[in-house]
Amino acid sequence: MITITHYLVLSAILFTLGVVGVLVRRNAIIIFMCIELMLNAVNLSFVAFAHYLNSMQGQLFVFFTMTVAAAEAAVGLAIIVAVFRNKETVNIDDINIMKW
Amino acid sequence: MLNLVALILLFPLIGTAINGLIGKRLRKETVGYVACGAVALSFLISILVFIGLLLLPPDARLFEKQLFTWIESGSFKSAAGLQVDPLSSLMILIVTGVGFLIHIYSIGYMHHDKGYHRYFCYLNLFTFSMLLLVLSNNFLLMFIGWEAVGLCSYLLIGFWFEKKSASNAAKKAFVVNRIGDFGFALAIMLIFLTFHSIDFTEVFSAASKGNFAVGSFSVTIITLLLFMGATGKSAQIPLYTWLPDALEGPTPVSALIHAATMVTAGVYMIARCNVLYMLSPFTMTVVASVGAVTALFAASIGLVQNDIKRVLAYSTISQLGYMFVACGVGAFTAGIFHLMTHAFFKALLFLGSGSVIHAMSGEQDMRKMGGLRHHIPTTYKTFLVGTVAIAGIPPFAGFFSKDEILLESLVRGNFFYWAIGALAAFFTAFYMFRLLFMTFHGKSRVDHHAAEHLHESPKNMTLPLTVLAGLSVVGGFLGIPGASAISNFLAPVFGEHGHTEISGAEAGGHHSAYLPYLMMVVSTAIAIAGIYLAYQMYIKKPEIPKKLAERFHLIYKLLLNKYYVDEIYDALFVNPIKKGSVQLWKQVDVRMIDGSVNGIARLVGRFGNALRYLQTGYVRNYAFYIVVGCICILVFAVLGR
Repeated sequence: MITITHYLVLSAILFTLGVVGVLVRRNAIIIFMCIELMLNAVNLSFVAFAHYLNSMQGQLFVFFTMTVAAAEAAVGLAIIVAVFRNKETVNIDDINIMKW
Repeated sequence: MLNLVALILLFPLIGTAINGLIGKRLRKETVGYVACGAVALSFLISILVFIGLLLLPPDARLFEKQLFTWIESGSFKSAAGLQVDPLSSLMILIVTGVGFLIHIYSIGYMHHDKGYHRYFCYLNLFTFSMLLLVLSNNFLLMFIGWEAVGLCSYLLIGFWFEKKSASNAAKKAFVVNRIGDFGFALAIMLIFLTFHSIDFTEVFSAASKGNFAVGSFSVTIITLLLFMGATGKSAQIPLYTWLPDALEGPTPVSALIHAATMVTAGVYMIARCNVLYMLSPFTMTVVASVGAVTALFAASIGLVQNDIKRVLAYSTISQLGYMFVACGVGAFTAGIFHLMTHAFFKALLFLGSGSVIHAMSGEQDMRKMGGLRHHIPTTYKTFLVGTVAIAGIPPFAGFFSKDEILLESLVRGNFFYWAIGALAAFFTAFYMFRLLFMTFHGKSRVDHHAAEHLHESPKNMTLPLTVLAGLSVVGGFLGIPGASAISNFLAPVFGEHGHTEISGAEAGGHHSAYLPYLMMVVSTAIAIAGIYLAYQMYIKKPEIPKKLAERFHLIYKLLLNKYYVDEIYDALFVNPIKKGSVQLWKQVDVRMIDGSVNGIARLVGRFGNALRYLQTGYVRNYAFYIVVGCICILVFAVLGR
């Protein structure tokens, strides 16, 4: 029997993977993918809870999240392209001018 | 007609506003017309008010006009109201009348000054302040006028502020007056605590109802504090030092300060509070003693001064001393009478000296004058009238008022007041005629440069002199002993204690009926003796003064240096306070206050400087902090439950 706990643990693992990926990777595209992973981990827990609680609200939230994620992906990729055109790199260690 | 009283205040204020705001763009003539016109209108309305008051029966001569409620806070209430009674109506006539003449004179005297409109703006404001002071119907409003008079004196004494000595004199006048005003302010608070009101009518009626025993502590303290204020404004010992320095201002200003406004404020205030003063015999003794000592002290300094205005300044202090003696022995009428006649002849003398200085192209040292009577005849004639009046020769104005004070001080006070007063009168006659002889008689000691420019002053300067000379001649007849118009007029204000009729002297017991006439002869003799001595020393044998100065070298030096009072004050008060202030500035202000403020700012700056290295520019690091923060919150949420 697959309980809510399994779903939530999987969601937590996926989310942590995403977080670690964001923190340790250097490539902007990979980081971007990790962020998507985190979003979808949260989506998973939403769906799990929706099923568990017999409520449609969770499903609804997932649709919204996916829509926003799609928009965000478009904007984010555009930014990455723009940065690449300027600096010829997507290595975020080279993108550090926002400081003192 | 009495309802017009507010207009008296309004006109000088309008004049101030016009000259102060747009005076720079007006032509000089217009500025003069505006200023003089304002005071002239005030004077006319003062006359109307005076007539209106005369039409009332003597007992009903008190008119109050409430303008608006000024302060209302808890049980404290103060209205802005004006009061017309015989005393204040007499004062407004003096202030606006003499003030008007001084305004006219100023047109000629200040003609070449570049601060012309500023001068007239201040002059009108001065008149307004003094009128506010004498017309107010409560202590607080009076205090406003009192302070405004102090402010105007500061502005006018320091009128030529480019001169270091003038700005110093202005500061001195202001600071010395503050000391007295401090006492006045305390007195007002005490009056409110004691009487639960600061209205003249309420306070005085409460005081005269007998709720307060004669000599009661609170009334004594109140009157002493009020007197402290009076010593500041009216230049009595120990706060007189500002007045001689005040002649750094333009000469008409000296005339205004010495005659019509400012110095008379203290005498007026004590006369106004006569009910309170009568309740405190101790204060009365203090007032009379301070007045007597001041009269003699200042007169003795006046004997040897060489600056024409300085002699007059010390003479003012001395004459004010007389007025305080009169108030101190309870003869308020005599004090106010002398205030009035003094306003006439002292304004005349100051304006006359201004005319002399004008003719001498700015020279004030009498040793460089002499023989001027042929060159400036009108000034000489009017000056002579003023000198005779102040010396106390009948029938000129000063004789009657001074004689009355001397008589009252003997009848009501004691022999010492009279003796000191008589000696001061002798000095007065001497130094005034010394001034006259040194300036107008004898051989000319004028240097060539000034001699070429010797000229009589223009009409608008000699006309006020002539009018004032006329007043100095006839002013005394208002107070002829036995048929004194002024004492009858002022009787409602001062009650029975204001004036001794000749029969009152009889009632005194051991004084005989012919005492007043004897006193007249004596005081005339004293004056003539003073004049004769001056004549001998400065006309007949001009070498005597030098010999005397050498013979009594120490006394001469002491007098010439004004008893070193300024130096003593400097050493005792001014310098220690200055040093203390410098220390306060350096230690408290710079080190503690500025130091703590700057220190906090520097600390915050350093902290921020250290923290800014957290801002690496790597978004990854920021994300890491966020994650750490989230974990912390999570841990806290889980464990905290």
